[in-house]
Amino acid sequence: MAKEQLMAYEQAIEQFEVVIGLEVHVELNTKSKMFCGCANIFGNEPNTNVCPICIGLPGSLPAVNKKAVESSIAIGLALGCQIAPTGRFSRKNYFYPDLAKNFQTSQYDEPIAFEGKINIELEDGVVFEVLIERAHMEEDAGKLTHIGGATGRIQGAEYSLVDYNRAGVPLVEIVTKPVYGAGARAPGLAAAYVHAIREIVKSMNVSDARMERGNVRCDANVSLRPHGQAKLGTRTETKNVNSLRSVENAVRYEIQRQAHILANGGTITQETRHWHEDRGYTSAGRPKSDADDYRYFPEPDLVPVQPSLAWIEEIRAALPENPAIRRKRLMEAWGFAELEFRDVVNSDLLDQVEATVAAGAAPQAARKWWTGELARLANSQEVAVQDLAITPAQVAKIQQLIDSGELTDRMARDVVAGVLAGEGEPEAVIEKRGLKVVSDDGALIAAIDEALAKQPDVLEKIREGKVQAAGAVIGAVMQAMRGQVDAARVRELILERAK
Amino acid sequence: MSELIHKSASELADLISSKAVSSEEVTSAFFDRSVEMNPKTNSYLYLNRDTALAAAKAADAALANGEKLSPLHGVPIAVKDNLTTTDAPTTSGSKILEGWVPQYDATVVAKLRKAGLPILGKTNLDEFAMGSSTEYSAYGPSKNPWDLSRIPGGSGGGSSSAVAGHLAPIAIGSDTGGSIRFPAAVTGSVGAKPTYGAVSRYGLIALASSLDQIGPVSNTVLDSALLQDVISGHDKHDSTSLPQSLGSMADAVRNADVKGLRVGVVKQLDSDAFQPGVKACFDDTIAKLVAAGAEVVTVDCPSFEYAIAAYYLILPAEASSNLAKFDSVRFGLRVTPDGNPTIERVMAATREAGFGPEVKRRIILGTYALSSGYYDAYYGSAQKVRTLIQQDLAKAFSQVDVLLTPTAPTTAFKIGEKVNDPLAMYLNDIATIPANLAGIPGMSVPNGLAAEDGLPSGVQILAPAMQDAQMYRVGSIIEQMYLAEWGAPLIAKAPKLEVL
Amino acid sequence: MSEITPDLVRHLASLSRILVTDEEVETLAGELGLIVESVATVTQAVKGDVLATSHPIPMANVFREDVVEPSLTQESALSGAPDSAEGRFRVAAILDEE
Repeated sequence: MAKEQLMAYEQAIEQFEVVIGLEVHVELNTKSKMFCGCANIFGNEPNTNVCPICIGLPGSLPAVNKKAVESSIAIGLALGCQIAPTGRFSRKNYFYPDLAKNFQTSQYDEPIAFEGKINIELEDGVVFEVLIERAHMEEDAGKLTHIGGATGRIQGAEYSLVDYNRAGVPLVEIVTKPVYGAGARAPGLAAAYVHAIREIVKSMNVSDARMERGNVRCDANVSLRPHGQAKLGTRTETKNVNSLRSVENAVRYEIQRQAHILANGGTITQETRHWHEDRGYTSAGRPKSDADDYRYFPEPDLVPVQPSLAWIEEIRAALPENPAIRRKRLMEAWGFAELEFRDVVNSDLLDQVEATVAAGAAPQAARKWWTGELARLANSQEVAVQDLAITPAQVAKIQQLIDSGELTDRMARDVVAGVLAGEGEPEAVIEKRGLKVVSDDGALIAAIDEALAKQPDVLEKIREGKVQAAGAVIGAVMQAMRGQVDAARVRELILERAK
Repeated sequence: MSELIHKSASELADLISSKAVSSEEVTSAFFDRSVEMNPKTNSYLYLNRDTALAAAKAADAALANGEKLSPLHGVPIAVKDNLTTTDAPTTSGSKILEGWVPQYDATVVAKLRKAGLPILGKTNLDEFAMGSSTEYSAYGPSKNPWDLSRIPGGSGGGSSSAVAGHLAPIAIGSDTGGSIRFPAAVTGSVGAKPTYGAVSRYGLIALASSLDQIGPVSNTVLDSALLQDVISGHDKHDSTSLPQSLGSMADAVRNADVKGLRVGVVKQLDSDAFQPGVKACFDDTIAKLVAAGAEVVTVDCPSFEYAIAAYYLILPAEASSNLAKFDSVRFGLRVTPDGNPTIERVMAATREAGFGPEVKRRIILGTYALSSGYYDAYYGSAQKVRTLIQQDLAKAFSQVDVLLTPTAPTTAFKIGEKVNDPLAMYLNDIATIPANLAGIPGMSVPNGLAAEDGLPSGVQILAPAMQDAQMYRVGSIIEQMYLAEWGAPLIAKAPKLEVL
Repeated sequence: MSEITPDLVRHLASLSRILVTDEEVETLAGELGLIVESVATVTQAVKGDVLATSHPIPMANVFREDVVEPSLTQESALSGAPDSAEGRFRVAAILDEE
């Protein structure tokens, strides 16, 4: 199937109002699955994290993972939702080979969280309030691999293989209300929203939030209507948009595609569409029809979830600060330039810098360590900078020794290397490696005199005004003192001798 | 040793624990009897001498070490074939599961093994427990030991015919709308459906999850009580299993006393709808209780009128979803149509070939009841009827300790008589269904032979939720009254099954 | 005329993934029509506000702790499958999207 005809984006926005709605699935990072004790692990051998419950053997029954409920409540609270005093699981009935029981245990008319909102700030500083309709708990499906045919795709495949390791992994589905008025910003807003959800669940440590692993997945609803029309247009639901760029591009594509159809007197089919990241277009799936009669009914094998107020408040109290609010607060407190701050954020080093500052380092110094020397070391060791074997407190301590003149910058880098090499705390490394600024000028003066004796013309040149001649002696002295002196102090002493 | 097969489970347990006889001898005796009689009764779908005798020997060895694992230690048992067993195929009476050996034991099966009860085999049932005669079993009907041309009740007709025919001293059944109690009534045996949640359903191949309950089948009230004590208790694998213990049913039986007993007769279940002989037996039971000093009043349960209708919406709805997993992917039958079919067609062809007509009927009915546009009117209303029935029962139990009804409208009917008339078949459960809808315990105890056909009749005892002990108390009182009259259990009047 | 038409039966059978012949459709439509007529009495049973009972014994908040328990081996998981390959359940091609 080829790309369809599109209207120019600006023209589409001019002619139509864009309404979007987003459904984001978040895989929780609980130890075990939603309804059974199988490990919730990515990447194991197929069908090794399965049991009678998650492969739906006859007679098996589900049992709800308490931690998954707790994480779901936490997500609801973080999105400003109300938590339902009574929530219930329901069965969503449809046949598909990746669905072991041929029904998905989900929530229908009694979701655990509802009626929330979240502010999304776009890059140009415009803030949108996105209303959350609901967040509900459900289970993930297994994984299908299509064999034969051209590209491993579903069409043309000879047969398919099913791995149920992912079946029963807990999911929270977050559904927005229709978002109006974003206009040309709709695609960017969609991506920023998904980014914000990802950031929030990551900050809460309820999900690994890795989009490339499918921990966060998005379905994007798009509809258009002529400006001023009250009735909503027919929407399409684009699935499989699993990167932030895809979200933005898919929404943009659907706006242009639908605009072309509508402007030419056509009608939009309510359907599921699939996003093809490689070639940048959506294609039609099955049209919505009676076949989507999911026959929801309350899951009779499970009892209602009725979280107590005390439990909810306990979860609320443990919530981390909203990442966007936190960023705003830290940027102000640290006084960084915007570029400097973005560098920290993009490198995912906010936690490290904040902790280093909290341990006593100046914000700029903390930033320089983490985005500079430490990032470089991490890169050369091929590890994430966050995974380096040095703590923010240790970094702060080393910086403090520089500030007090006990370490030179070069020595400090040595200390860092020692800490990373497992030689212990900074003080122990300094002790072991004999790294200490020599503060006894006697030894230093002797070294300077010795160096000057070898280059007798230097003092003369200085006296003639060629101060840069001191450089050669400084180098020799530093070498003689194995770097454990402050270069500025050496220079000062040489100039004194020349007087 | 053949007289062993006529003894009750509690008598056998006493003999085994006193080492007068070994579990191996008892198990052998029942096994030999089963091998001989099963061709006539079709009680068992599967028998395995090796595993049964190995378990019996292990029970004997434990006893020799001074370990008595339960009050039924060493007593062999039959298990309905809708409970998963790792050492025996589990079919639930369906072709779609033929040959499947489960990867796990049902909680009840695990409890039986731990309690030292050797499992003789797996008993026949209507396919997926849908039916009241075993005629819907894919493996042919079981026969009633009282008259081999008649049904042994259903869906648990394999268990009831095994117990009534002395192919097993006790058996496990499951009861969704009467599948333990109806077979017990028509075979002159005892069967109890505990309070919903008293026994774990983990490993019970679900029919209707909110109605299903596992329970005992036996020839005496004490045997059922002992067995319920073995299999009940909270199970973390069943979220609907009760957290609390309901006490000892065996104690309730042993200490049964009619003093102060208040009995209710349900107006809606005391009518001409019952076969005259069945009605006469019921009236006789009531008269005996009054004579013994019980207070008997009539109670009104107007919502019972809607029980069958509600049941035949809730059950198919839940079943249509529970049976969706039979799709040819992970276990069971696969039928691949000609050509190059898609998985959708393979699934549809498999389910067409693997399910019998009654199962298909109920799946399609349930799909209808849940589909959009009909849900509120059908499934929604049916769930509200459950509330009304609970309210009626709450009112009734504020006046009386137990309710009594005839268990079944008729005695055992002829095989083939109702098999093509689903609606007539559904009426067999008219008295038993309210207990499942409300979650309360109910049991059937033999109360005589109907005058017109000489076939057994049963009286049903219903007690409030959690008060299973009250039910067993009254069951024991009634049993003792008849024992005094007959001098032996009703089952002793059954014709002797002889090898052809 | 019953509301259970042959077309409705066909649709329900398709939702239920059960292959039905035209003959079966006719039979089922007749049988289901009678049953539905009979069970439809529930719609008259309820007057006024009545709560639905989806669970006979009211309970709430039954949870398991987030603890990993042993899984089946791959061999055991696949042991009952009609067909498998490469450690996975093998099924016919799926007719679906695209």
